[in-house]
Amino acid sequence: MEFIKPDISYDIIGKRWYAYIISLVLILVSVGSLVLHGGPNYGIDFAGGSLIQVQFTKEVTLAEVKEVLTAAGLKDPVVQNFTGGEENEYIIRVVETDLDVTTLSETVVEDLSQHFGEGTVELRRVEMVGPRVGEDLKRKGLLAVILAVVGILIYVSVRFEFRYALGAVVALVHDSVITLGAFSLMNYEVSLPIIAAILTVIGYSINDTIVVFDRIRENLRKARKEPEEEVMNRSINETLSRTIITSGVTLLAVLALLFLGGGVIHDFAFALTVGILVGTYSSIYVASPVVLAWNKLFPQKGPARGKKRRR
Amino acid sequence: MIKDLRIRFGIIAVVVLVSLAYLMPTLIVKDERTLPDWWAEGFKLGNDQVKLLPSKTLHLGLDLKGGMHLLLGVDLDEALANSLDRFAAEVEGYMDDEGIAYESTKRNGEELVIILTNTEDEYDLKEYITERYRILTITGSRTLEDGGMELRYAYREKDLSEFKDRTVEQTLETIRNRVNELGLTEPEIVRQGEYDILVQLPGVSDMEGAKELIRKVALLEFKLVVEDDEMLSEALKGNTPEGTELVYEKVKDRETGEIIEEVPYLVEEETQMTGEVITDAVIAFDSSKGGQPYVHIEFDRRGEAIFEKVSGDNVGRRLAIILDNTVYSAPVIKSRITGGAAIIEGSFPVDEAKELAIVLRAGALPATLTLLEERTVGPSLGADSIRKGFLATLVGSALVVLFMAMYYGASGLVADLALFLNMIIILGIMSAFQATLTLPGIAGIALTIGMAVDANVLVFERVREELRLGKTPRAAIEGGYSKAFLTILDANVTTLIAALVLFQFGTGPVKGFAITLSVGILTSLFTAIFVSRTVFDFVMSRFRIKRLSV
Repeated sequence: MEFIKPDISYDIIGKRWYAYIISLVLILVSVGSLVLHGGPNYGIDFAGGSLIQVQFTKEVTLAEVKEVLTAAGLKDPVVQNFTGGEENEYIIRVVETDLDVTTLSETVVEDLSQHFGEGTVELRRVEMVGPRVGEDLKRKGLLAVILAVVGILIYVSVRFEFRYALGAVVALVHDSVITLGAFSLMNYEVSLPIIAAILTVIGYSINDTIVVFDRIRENLRKARKEPEEEVMNRSINETLSRTIITSGVTLLAVLALLFLGGGVIHDFAFALTVGILVGTYSSIYVASPVVLAWNKLFPQKGPARGKKRRR
Repeated sequence: MIKDLRIRFGIIAVVVLVSLAYLMPTLIVKDERTLPDWWAEGFKLGNDQVKLLPSKTLHLGLDLKGGMHLLLGVDLDEALANSLDRFAAEVEGYMDDEGIAYESTKRNGEELVIILTNTEDEYDLKEYITERYRILTITGSRTLEDGGMELRYAYREKDLSEFKDRTVEQTLETIRNRVNELGLTEPEIVRQGEYDILVQLPGVSDMEGAKELIRKVALLEFKLVVEDDEMLSEALKGNTPEGTELVYEKVKDRETGEIIEEVPYLVEEETQMTGEVITDAVIAFDSSKGGQPYVHIEFDRRGEAIFEKVSGDNVGRRLAIILDNTVYSAPVIKSRITGGAAIIEGSFPVDEAKELAIVLRAGALPATLTLLEERTVGPSLGADSIRKGFLATLVGSALVVLFMAMYYGASGLVADLALFLNMIIILGIMSAFQATLTLPGIAGIALTIGMAVDANVLVFERVREELRLGKTPRAAIEGGYSKAFLTILDANVTTLIAALVLFQFGTGPVKGFAITLSVGILTSLFTAIFVSRTVFDFVMSRFRIKRLSV
């Protein structure tokens, strides 16, 4: 069985301007949404606050829950249905409150039981992050992303050449920004696991990119006379089948997680889904064209290609 | 690659069998069901019981098992202020007794400021403070316009950081002591960062109670031991005599720190004194007895008087030191103790002496705790997460397996076999190293499915190319693997970089994700390259394959 015939030859490099435009639009939409929303919609991991997940054994509506909590003195509690959860399961978020945060979850459960009856409320999850920890996590999260990018930049520079590393890094910044943008558009919260998902997307996207680069390097060595543009295009085409199959296969696993994994993991799986899609696109349409653009901007002196030998 | 196929199959068999052995406890142990005796008990070798087979199940994170994760901050500023306030009160008491006139003694930030009415009292007071409170150092003194004298004292810098350090240690000990009361399996109480304390309580059911218990202020009491074996055995039967109570000492194994014995004590109900009257407790070493450690306790003026009376009245009896209802030591009172200081000596090792000093200080200067972070997952949500995560992974892998078989035919089945073994090895390794499996960790496994297959996809695509060039199946396989190898390595190393960074930065669930992802990348290299290659080589060597199904 074959999806992509071996003799295909799409003019990917030649049409790179279309890709530039698509990427630019995606990035503008992402950044635009982020700006309009005043930055990423930080979850309590980074913004601080409390999250309380409760489940009722009887029919209770969202509005009722909200009403009871407001009456109990919680300022603007955000009540949401728990995605992928059971019926009558809600998530309550409280950012600021005059009540003692240490015992907030107990207070909430007590208030709800008083109104809806003892034993009808089950406390399923509590997350409370103080401001100091939130700031700390934010700093560490940013640091982790930067460290991962620098680490990859160094590795790719050593194994390939700097301009390839640059192409790879542009591609993965592209992927992270668009993934964050998708979160912003969907109004999903950016929490600690989402940063983990973005780091994974970075690792995954670079994986695809490297397979393409590897083939470019190999083909450049074989065909020294051929213009680099053509070699790149041929290499991308040759690896296209693998790129699509691998991403498709991983996507199968991740989609299963997105639809069947339950509410706690839903956003995480969503980030991976978007990341894999964008990452696949960028390793085909973004990474190599960036290397090419760099070459045009800073032409190499001497016979650069094939200079670096494997091992 | 090793040439001999038998050796290669041998390696694979050993890896898979060992992984399976580590997975067995997880598969078998459930509710009532336990491991069979022959598995759990091992065999006798000489005098030792050798347990060859693993008995630990997969270690589940709090998000799957249910439980509490609490990050507590020790309020050091307050602890320091309390400690200085105590010194201030002490110094005032001394000046009152000695008839030294003073304007005020008060705390100002991290300093203790004493204003004397007359300059001539300066030396007396300085001498007293230097002798009695060795950890205070003078930071400034000046003569005031009205003829008075201002003296400033503070902790020495070294002592200040030691003070903070000890305050955290003693709080840690207090919490540990209380968590033991909850009787949970594998609670974790560790320092995090410089001055924070991380408490993890898997499977705790009464969350509110647990939180309250941990944040309660420590109570240190001194009570006289009733030395009567008959009364003690009566009390152990449940008939505690009037005016007495039963308390226990938890004897820990000196190496593992596990509680191995609970020693009962019958003590008088009446509390002789509480931790409040202690100003300090430190470990010291007796050079005349070959460096034998002992604990030096200092009392405040009130404590000095109480202790003098208690010790005088009860020479020869034992005085139990009880923190939050647990006995830590019950030294014999050798003689009437005067002068506001006492020592506890005995043949205990350094660790125990240190622990005793910590306990005494915990009761003397209890620190308050602030809840910095809480993550609690109820047991039902944890169970839901396991069920859903498992289902998603199962469905995901089934789709992948099906796809591979359809797209690559018989070769796809080889990749599927590699995938299956990969799962076993990942979980086996996680179980062997007792690495924590979290919900994002399950997602990591799902991702690994993709990555593991990726290596084979790379190889198969290469093999197809080689075949198109007209090579024989054997040569195509050879070429496919060797050409794809470096690509696979490069691609996986970069993912590994991201995973390792995650491991460094992540906490709890995220760390669990980083672990499964890293382990998954490494094992997928083994299964997708070594295992699948071995299968191909075996088939090639046994059968004359004319057409390769790939």
